[in-house]
Amino acid sequence: MIAVLAFYAFAAVLIGSAVMVVTSRNPVHSVLFLILAFFNAAGLFLLTGAEFLAMILVIVYVGAVAVLFLFVVMMLDIDFTQLREGFQRYAPFGAIIGGILLIELFMVLTAWRFAPEAATLRLNPTPTDVTNAEALGRILYTDYIYLFQACGLILLVAMIGAIVLTLRDRPGTRRQNVAEQIARAGTVSLRSVPLGAGLKEIGIVRPPAPEEAKPKEVEHHGHGGHH
Amino acid sequence: MAVSLAHFLVVSAILLVLGVFGIFLNRKNVIIILMSVELILLAVNINLVAFSAALGDLTGQVFTMFILTVAAAEAAIGLAIVVIYFRNRGTIEVEDISTLKG
Repeated sequence: MIAVLAFYAFAAVLIGSAVMVVTSRNPVHSVLFLILAFFNAAGLFLLTGAEFLAMILVIVYVGAVAVLFLFVVMMLDIDFTQLREGFQRYAPFGAIIGGILLIELFMVLTAWRFAPEAATLRLNPTPTDVTNAEALGRILYTDYIYLFQACGLILLVAMIGAIVLTLRDRPGTRRQNVAEQIARAGTVSLRSVPLGAGLKEIGIVRPPAPEEAKPKEVEHHGHGGHH
Repeated sequence: MAVSLAHFLVVSAILLVLGVFGIFLNRKNVIIILMSVELILLAVNINLVAFSAALGDLTGQVFTMFILTVAAAEAAIGLAIVVIYFRNRGTIEVEDISTLKG
């Protein structure tokens, strides 16, 4: 009974927050509702007995992906009202497509059934004597080790790709030149460099500072007679 | 009345349709489109986990983990592309990206 109530609560909040993600006016609210949706999906996973995936969902999605979204939404200075133009125009079109998709999915849902031999075709029957995480680990690191390695490779490529895409080399910035530092002879040299030479080298020679305007002398006439 | 497989399938079907609807609704905002894609992948994951629990087969949960990995990579790359696109153009309108065609 408690499980049924929990299911309906999690499902209702999940769908409600998904609606808010899609229709919210402010993208920051969208991301926050996305986080709420992930939490409720983790609750649904718990109800089915997939504890490890529930924890992974909270850690990976809420901890990494949603925070990344939040970071980008807040970092970019975007005029979001301008981006919402055409919101009304596309809504009926999207509703038609979504409605057709939903009807088709429900038709599939009412018509399908398990094959009679489905129970005998199981690849990895759920063990009853170990926890969910341990059972998953046993399968993942024996039968699916190549897929696991491929996943690591995908993450590595994604990481390198994200760094390469967003790294920019602006001219004029000064950095530590490690190779030059190491290649120096071990002597300390003292050089006398003319003043402002470094600034001329970069090309930002500042004009001489203008004479500071002298504070206006307040003339005191003896109007009121006070000092 | 216990929670059956059909309940989870209905929830995931609604979630998937909401994701597709979101892509149509926010045609100009890439960030919300990426969030909609995340919703669609979440619906797929709920489907896989529900079937895994109903059949008593752990393979579905293993595949859910792989989908989570790919979704995380996709979000990272997508947001990196959004950031450099914004840096170059000062906007993230999807319709301007047609200038990329050769």
